[in-house]
Amino acid sequence: MRQPFPFSAIVGQEAMKQAMLLTAVDPGIGGVLVFGDRGTGKSTAVRALAALLPPITVVAGSSTNAASVADQPDWADPLPGDMHEIPTPVIDLPLGASEDRVVGALDIERALTRGEKAFEPGLLARANRGYLYIDEVNLLEDHIVDLLLDVAQSGENVIEREGLSIRHDARFVLVGSGNPEEGELRPQLLDRFGLSVEVRSPTDIQERVEVIRRRAAFDTNPQAFLDKWNPEDAIIRDRILAARASLPGVETTDRTLHDCAELCVALGSDGLRGELTLLRTARAMAAYQGDSEVTRAHMRAVAPMALSHRLRRDPLDEAGSSTRVMRTVEDVFA
Amino acid sequence: MMHDATEAWVTGQLALNLLAVDPAGLGGLHLRARSGPVRRAFLDGVPDALKSARKIATNIQDVQLFGGIDIAATLNAGTVVMSRGVLAEPVPLMLTMAERCPPGLAARLAQALDAGRSQALLLLDEGCDEEESAPKTLTERLAFHVDLDGLRAVDLTEMALGPDDIADARRRLPDIAVSDDMLALMVVTAARFGIDSLRAPLFALAAARAHAALSNRSEVGEEDAQIAAQLVYAHRATMLPQEEEHEEQDAPPDQDEDSAPREDERPDQDDPDEDGDTGGQTLPQDMLIEAVKALLPPEILSALSQKTAGSSAKGSGGAGQRRKGNRRGRPLPSRPGKLDGSARIDIVATLRAAAPWQMIRRAQTPDRTGLLIRPSDIHVKRYQEMSDRLIIFAVDASGSSAMARMAEAKGAVELLLAEAYSRRDHVALIAFRGQQADLILPPTRSLVQTKRRLSGLPGGGGTPLAAGLQATAELARRAIGMGLSPSVALMTDGRANVPLPGRTGRAAAGEDAEQMAAVLRKLNIPGAVVDTSVRPRPELRVLAERMGARYVPLPRADAQGLSRAIGAAISD
Repeated sequence: MRQPFPFSAIVGQEAMKQAMLLTAVDPGIGGVLVFGDRGTGKSTAVRALAALLPPITVVAGSSTNAASVADQPDWADPLPGDMHEIPTPVIDLPLGASEDRVVGALDIERALTRGEKAFEPGLLARANRGYLYIDEVNLLEDHIVDLLLDVAQSGENVIEREGLSIRHDARFVLVGSGNPEEGELRPQLLDRFGLSVEVRSPTDIQERVEVIRRRAAFDTNPQAFLDKWNPEDAIIRDRILAARASLPGVETTDRTLHDCAELCVALGSDGLRGELTLLRTARAMAAYQGDSEVTRAHMRAVAPMALSHRLRRDPLDEAGSSTRVMRTVEDVFA
Repeated sequence: MMHDATEAWVTGQLALNLLAVDPAGLGGLHLRARSGPVRRAFLDGVPDALKSARKIATNIQDVQLFGGIDIAATLNAGTVVMSRGVLAEPVPLMLTMAERCPPGLAARLAQALDAGRSQALLLLDEGCDEEESAPKTLTERLAFHVDLDGLRAVDLTEMALGPDDIADARRRLPDIAVSDDMLALMVVTAARFGIDSLRAPLFALAAARAHAALSNRSEVGEEDAQIAAQLVYAHRATMLPQEEEHEEQDAPPDQDEDSAPREDERPDQDDPDEDGDTGGQTLPQDMLIEAVKALLPPEILSALSQKTAGSSAKGSGGAGQRRKGNRRGRPLPSRPGKLDGSARIDIVATLRAAAPWQMIRRAQTPDRTGLLIRPSDIHVKRYQEMSDRLIIFAVDASGSSAMARMAEAKGAVELLLAEAYSRRDHVALIAFRGQQADLILPPTRSLVQTKRRLSGLPGGGGTPLAAGLQATAELARRAIGMGLSPSVALMTDGRANVPLPGRTGRAAAGEDAEQMAAVLRKLNIPGAVVDTSVRPRPELRVLAERMGARYVPLPRADAQGLSRAIGAAISD
């Protein structure tokens, strides 16, 4: 397998990178949706993020990346309990994946050859404690989408089929990407993603040249390129770790809560998920920047990505919703 | 001119050779040609390095791609037999009938290309019209596109490049240098042809390096860049570079001077640059642009407009295509079948089928323990499923359907669209005017697209009702093939006055329309004929009957009323 392109060497696309880093700080934010043109580095960023993140400690041989023997599901074969480190899992969910492959199914091999009833874990088990990446999420079959939403929300995968009754942890950050020209995402699904960002091809020639220059350098000599950028990646990794540690201590004042609520009311977003995500993202932002209290600056920075996909959508509205969010933020915070 | 006809052939052969030099960097080649002697000759010319390509078909199963348990062999042997997938080792792949590639397979192959697990992909695309083409997800990841339509086998010549040349070039490839100027030039050229994706300049760069390696140069020169740009950019271009040469071309050098480090890297080139005015800097760029232009398809304007228009025709069908599926929906009794990865096994039924034979089989194979199950016992689950709806709007955009009516029709389509959006229906739009009918919007769920196409809908000219119906029937048939269930909303004032090509006269126009209506009826799809004329006309009622559609007269409709009436007519 080829080494992924280093995260810190990705040129531009700040919003996308920021959103991904924030979910690394607080996985509870709940997923990132990246919508935009082809060839804008969506897949590159996701795979780079995996390489950037600190490794996780798992029980050796665990099919669900269990953090301790106690977390190991009871249906799985008992393990000696050796621990080892693996890179943060980033699992690709290909279009057209069958339900069996996603949630897991009866292990046909063992059922037929040894006559045992055993469960063969699917992609959701492998993505536990990591990332689940769906390219072209807007083209995914609806029943798989429903299923994913349900699991992503509850953090648990429940299988009731073929005489199996099994559950296991499936806490992962859902990263979806797609091109809106090829079909829309149902509003119900949009809302379940914590953050959403739009990416465009850079129009600035210098930026484009820089992208190509780095990519060409990486392709000709990956090792030298990685050596050059690894220190940068390490800085980001340390920042993420520091932010994770300081996240519980980040203060949230009543005024911030008030701001959140007021913003969401002004935007007319449905339900309370908007407020919750906005607050959580702003806290992660504060932690990432090393601040001890959430301020309006943090909220301003994260409001577009946390709220733009939650607006009641006028299907025929053409103006970008990010701009609508920014305008409202300026009004409310004025 | 023979030269023009063989141009595609020569560039195609060159692309193949470059691909053989750097398969991983260039991704592959999208070959659009019908099966025949020309294609066979072209593929015969594939360099040895790519000759080993594994042929795969569009119905390839996951087990064959990625490897997995070979169920039949496992059962026969009594121990687990694993099969190796095609992607287990990086080999060149050749996908036949690529125009029928389902989105799921495209996504898997794209992923394999991204991860470097597949070395070069040859897409054999036999699509016959613009809409029918290999998925964009894949073509985007392949450097080259070769269109062999219109070539005759007798014109063709062999390109002589021995395996040694390729092997030598491969060895030289890692050491080929690219100057920073050349790199910038590639990017600028791509931008000027309106190519947004950043994969294009990367491919061009790789192609230029491969060409330099083939020509035994240690650095990418102008000729390499020129050929690479031709091969990679020509089919991706979405616009022609602006012709105001001076303003346009002064800009890039200006930007160059802003970026200090780049100037420092090549101080020796600064002088001629300044002396020669814009000449030194812009000349190679001009050459690249001219080179790409020379290879742009001849009917450039129509090709370009179609390219932007049809850009997502294929992808949009994505979620709807596999709807004949056997994996969900209302369960049906299970049937004996083969486990090919697409169907799910019904364990209980399988065991039930095996149970009566256990004694006999045990006697035959006494040394085996456990249940003895044979491949013939396997039952697979079956499901029946409702497929996605597709609403085809066939809109009369002729002069007689006055402009006001046109606005109403557009309004109604927009309203139905918003409704379709919430119900996840697909929408397609056909407009007929003048001499022909055009598919303005292929089946899509994208609101953005529909809105854009709808607002750009032209009006005026005669009423080729027959052609409109024909296009509708064609689209409906294709939609059924994709697993959608289409319904038709025809909006017209019924004054058919343009017959199908080859006939003349108003009477013929009417006859043709009725004939096409009968064709539509045979498809047995629900529909509504909306009469938009000021006074309802009996002809249209007859036509609706022939179509097997409901007739909805709307002498004074507003968009709301129209939308309600159509919705009611086609929903049952």
